[in-house]
Amino acid sequence: MFIDPHAHMISRTTDDYEAMAAAGIVALIEPAFWVGQPRTFVGTYVDYLSSIIGFERFRAGQFGIRHYCTVGLNSKEANNEELAEGVMEWLPRFALKEGVVAIGEIGYDEQTALEDKYFRAQLLLAKELELPVMVHTPHRDKKRGTSRSMDVCEEMGLDPSWVVIDHNNEETVDETLDRGFWAGFSIYPSTKMGTRRMVELLKHYGSERIIVDSACDWGISEPLAVAKTAKLALENGIPEETVRKVTYANTLEVYGKSGQIHESDWLNPPAIDQRTLYEGNSILRGGREPLIEAPGSRNRDNLIIE
Amino acid sequence: MSETAVESLRQWVLRQAGEQGKWLETRLEALAAGAPESELHTVLGLAPRRLGKADLILIAEDLRQAEEALPGWRPDGWSIDGAARVLALATFRGERSFAETFKDLRRTADARELVALYRGLPLYPEPRSLAFEVGEGLRSNMIAVFEAIAHHNPYPSMHFDEHRWNHMILKALFVDSALADIVGLDERANPELGRQLLDHIHERWAAGREVSPEVWRCIGPCAIEVDAMEAFERALAGKSTERAAAALALVSNPSPLADALLATHPEAAALVAEGQLSWDTLSRHEVA
Repeated sequence: MFIDPHAHMISRTTDDYEAMAAAGIVALIEPAFWVGQPRTFVGTYVDYLSSIIGFERFRAGQFGIRHYCTVGLNSKEANNEELAEGVMEWLPRFALKEGVVAIGEIGYDEQTALEDKYFRAQLLLAKELELPVMVHTPHRDKKRGTSRSMDVCEEMGLDPSWVVIDHNNEETVDETLDRGFWAGFSIYPSTKMGTRRMVELLKHYGSERIIVDSACDWGISEPLAVAKTAKLALENGIPEETVRKVTYANTLEVYGKSGQIHESDWLNPPAIDQRTLYEGNSILRGGREPLIEAPGSRNRDNLIIE
Repeated sequence: MSETAVESLRQWVLRQAGEQGKWLETRLEALAAGAPESELHTVLGLAPRRLGKADLILIAEDLRQAEEALPGWRPDGWSIDGAARVLALATFRGERSFAETFKDLRRTADARELVALYRGLPLYPEPRSLAFEVGEGLRSNMIAVFEAIAHHNPYPSMHFDEHRWNHMILKALFVDSALADIVGLDERANPELGRQLLDHIHERWAAGREVSPEVWRCIGPCAIEVDAMEAFERALAGKSTERAAAALALVSNPSPLADALLATHPEAAALVAEGQLSWDTLSRHEVA
């Protein structure tokens, strides 16, 4: 059983959902982020938030995966002040919806003054609403951007044990853990973390406050990253308990503080959900071993479409 | 009467709410007394957190009350939080029109909220003003949202015009949603729908796909008018559920032509005559 605590499923296909379910993903968290190009109307942003608390949850449920999300104004779009102001007005309406487990992903991109302004405003909102925070750390000027993100969280009075600093690497992890924050690692080809490097990190740091995610989105990325990392880690002698914590239990612990994600959601779902919004996980229903492979429908040689 | 229905719902929810009942009662009083809309948002948001998500517990007498208040209304698939949400919205008296309040809620609703919002349709004030909102719900790709409108809900048969009614039936078939759970299915049968469904059947046959046996139910009453007898003949020569459905549908048609066709299949006709077949047993059989 795995949870992918960072997956932009709105950009992914049903093949991915199928493959994730087969690989043992029982739940995932979809953070609000940008969608590859900027939104230019407040309304498109509002409809996006509405999609990730509505339709995307339904889509995931069809494949037996429980879908949660975080809501927030991302750092890139925070630079459009008119849009940002509008989104900030709507955000509280979405923050207390069912299955919203954090404010996120928020933080810095180019570390501009506007990014700083809206990062702080949203940290305040998270504090008021007693929600955890998912922090996106910048790709450029990463090390200093990550330190600064944590400085600002502390300045705004957030408890580090309620904050996940995501997209860590070998250069940022020490400070993140030392300061008491959760350290997310996004297994994302070419730009972020790789599975072999992740296994080395697990050997060194163990499992405390470490979280593995895929961050799969509209780019070339891997929705099976969590399952693959778990398999490679076990093959390399990482204890099963460590793997379970970084690919499942730690996510539940930190985002569980929202009161919006419980193991019983997939182990013992409410009857109404089983009738309406959740098909049930085929692995939990018994029998099948998790598989890491592309599903049959992707097979190029299968010419029959019924 | 929708007031009676709201009062019944209130009793059922409070009965199950336990120690949260006081909280809910206080909030409902405020909502009825003109509290701001933000109060409504809070109550809707807190409903599952306070009351949980268990099924609404109803006994036979409750269902009888529901049927009496609103013929066709069956709230036995509701959840406690969903019921409380509907109750809050039906109780709320705001400054804006009800449709504007509803639109605002629908735009920011999560999946379970959408289901609750639409299940409550027959209980709200100004039901006709919700025509656009209902259209948005019917167009939803979330089957549970579509079924919140289409199933066990008397709103469509009370308020839909023929075009919308027919498209609801067609969509139900396309998303594999049961027709038997649609309130007023037989009463609202019409030749235009019959023609659309006959085309649907031919399309399915051309593609080599199964035809839902429930389709015949809506064609039966107008089988002669829409020239469906050839299709019925083919169905009577088909698989057992198809034969049974065609026979049931033909019985609903008073024309001697329908009788004559049925008489050529005495085995199917006998099943219907003996009362062993009904649309309920047929659709349940299909679901199983």
